[in-house]
Amino acid sequence: MEKNLNQPMKPFSVHMNKDLQRRYRAEKWFQRCGIAAIVIALSFLFLLFASIIGSGYSAFRQTFIALDVHFSEDLFKNENLAAADYPAITKTSLRSAFPEVKERRELRSLYMLVSPGAAFTLHEMVRENPRLIGARQEVWVPANDDVDMLIKGQMKADVPEANRRLKDNQLRWIDQLQKDGKLETRFNTTFFTSGDSREPELAGIWGAVKGSFYSLLITLLLSFPIGVAAAVYLEEFAPKNIWTDIIEVNINNLAAVPSIIFGLLGLAVFINFWGLPRSTPLVGGLVLTLMTLPVIIIAGRASLKSVPPSIREAALGIGASKMQMVTHHVLPLAMPGMLTGAIIGMARALGDTAPLLMIGMVAFIVDIPGGFTDAATALPVQIYLWADSSERAFTEKTSAAIIILLIFLICMNAAAVIMRKKFETKW
Amino acid sequence: MKVKSIFLASALTMTLISTGTAMAARDMISIVGSSTVYPFSTAVAEQFGKTGNFKTPKIESTGTGGGFKLFCGGVGVKFPDMSNASRAIKDSEKENCAANGVKEIVEVKIGYDGIALANTKTAAPMKLSRKEIFLALAKEVPDPANEGQLIANPYKTWKEINPELPDTAIEVLGPPPTSGTRDAFVEMVMVAGAEEFDFIKAMSKSDKDRFKAVSESMREDGAFIEAGENDNLIVQKLQANPKALGIFGFSFLDQNADVVQGSAIEGETPTFEAISAGKYVVSRPLFFYVKKAHVDVIPGIKEFMGEFTSEKAWGPEGYLADKGMIPMPDEERKQVAADVANLKTL
Repeated sequence: MEKNLNQPMKPFSVHMNKDLQRRYRAEKWFQRCGIAAIVIALSFLFLLFASIIGSGYSAFRQTFIALDVHFSEDLFKNENLAAADYPAITKTSLRSAFPEVKERRELRSLYMLVSPGAAFTLHEMVRENPRLIGARQEVWVPANDDVDMLIKGQMKADVPEANRRLKDNQLRWIDQLQKDGKLETRFNTTFFTSGDSREPELAGIWGAVKGSFYSLLITLLLSFPIGVAAAVYLEEFAPKNIWTDIIEVNINNLAAVPSIIFGLLGLAVFINFWGLPRSTPLVGGLVLTLMTLPVIIIAGRASLKSVPPSIREAALGIGASKMQMVTHHVLPLAMPGMLTGAIIGMARALGDTAPLLMIGMVAFIVDIPGGFTDAATALPVQIYLWADSSERAFTEKTSAAIIILLIFLICMNAAAVIMRKKFETKW
Repeated sequence: MKVKSIFLASALTMTLISTGTAMAARDMISIVGSSTVYPFSTAVAEQFGKTGNFKTPKIESTGTGGGFKLFCGGVGVKFPDMSNASRAIKDSEKENCAANGVKEIVEVKIGYDGIALANTKTAAPMKLSRKEIFLALAKEVPDPANEGQLIANPYKTWKEINPELPDTAIEVLGPPPTSGTRDAFVEMVMVAGAEEFDFIKAMSKSDKDRFKAVSESMREDGAFIEAGENDNLIVQKLQANPKALGIFGFSFLDQNADVVQGSAIEGETPTFEAISAGKYVVSRPLFFYVKKAHVDVIPGIKEFMGEFTSEKAWGPEGYLADKGMIPMPDEERKQVAADVANLKTL
């Protein structure tokens, strides 16, 4: 041993340097892999956003045509304003704009330039201001979806006439309208204020937004208190025995169950057994509650666990009851984590369609829901329905609806992050 | 404090829900059923809701079979009033209806829908017969070398089937088996094509199961691709791949006439006129069914049926024709409209 120690040592540092370099290299590689993973994920995200925004932004504008409308008294002889022949008014004004068009088939294709919604616009105007009867006024009415697609460049005009939805004479009229400044694209308010429609130019997202809002309100009001109560009981009061273990396993299991199963359960229990009305936000909210509850309970328990035991012991030590300890100290400290869990659960509920399929919320509903028991759809359902429609103009509407949904989701997730940052306590 | 208010809120919701249950009457027509009829039914519903004094009916797209299941659930506000269908009601469904007390059903035939086999405009149009389509797409086909025997489909290009067809690989995009369009395509093209071989046709008498398997099985070696329920997606894929053909409903062909073209089947291209005249063979009737017991109970059912069967809706120049539905001949329309007015039951 002695001898060994006295021998001249090999340059140890060379060895160590080599080893160190190897380890640095490995770390560098690892970091590079991580960065590559993030870059790949971000580029996919960018691709998704770019393609959706690229095909959806045009839906926020809509082509309008100016009509010189004469609200002739002859058409309003009947007392009932709703019974007047409004389509006839638009037809008359189109005919007066193009007096050279006489033949029946030609007239028909002329009428096709404006949306059937033009009649509703006029009806609305007269209802708001009955003094319009007998007057003459320029009114901007929505153009038909084919015209809209042509103006936005999403329909080819340079193919043979037989292969186009718009015929040569219609293209000529559109050109003339454009020259006269009677055709322009404007901000599409209809998209934000109306419900579903079979005419793409009249279809809007508001009915679906409201349906989603009512459903999520019910989900929040039910799942948050129930979830918090369940988490508090399981974490703070329940004895640790086989029963609570079974419950825990079951809750974790439920969180992983495909959402369509909750829809089937909702159909069997809420609609068939309780007799709640089909296709309503009430049932939708209940089903989404079932879906979000496990998420909220799991998040709630995790955030209760993160409150250090010293807080509990201190509270009990100065004479607080167990109930006071929980409500005064533990729960307020765990609340930010619970809220984050709730928001993430709600965001998932907002984006889910499958459970709504079974309870009849995947439906064509024009009227804007006014309450919990009115028939309604939800945002993702609206996207699904539009994606399946044959009209070309629904493609951009679909993407626009996805943009809206993404904005909502980003807002909710951002709120969760901000809340966590703001209220989080470091121990 | 916080906890108390949370409990209060939940108690409030509970009462809200229980009051919701109390309201039982329904003033909105509820319609379920076929996704093929959905675009037409919704167009009528919207027109009906915007111009009349009734609420806009609610229409669920559940598929024909799913629709009948809900429709036949029973009589009462809980159950839908009408069911759309892309085929006539089956006897088994009628029995199911009757067993649940739905005895009087009014059948309304509304028009036709064509199914197109289309490719992109940049490629040459195809001319096919049902027999050729069967040979191209069936899982098992007659052995050309050995008469009366079936072999796994050996055809790779259209030219191998018929020397007059182009020398391109067989590649057809179609809907999955859950789709009504697929059912109709199989029934009207594949089965009809299979029956042109006498020994397969003979099988339909001697060995029904075997006949079903031979005539209804699509090949699974990649030449037939299930492209999902979304017809828009198939149209997009066709534009990206000029060699491929796609199977979808006529209304999608009509809307995308600037980018895709329908192949001629048995000498006829899928045009509005050909389908309406009954010359294009791949077309099917569309229906809706009404529960007679609900008429006069749910407001507006009669008026809705009136709107659907009015000339301005289902006529040759009506708004349903604009949406891609093929109207029935004048005589037939008159007959159906009269039956609807009398609420003639099945």
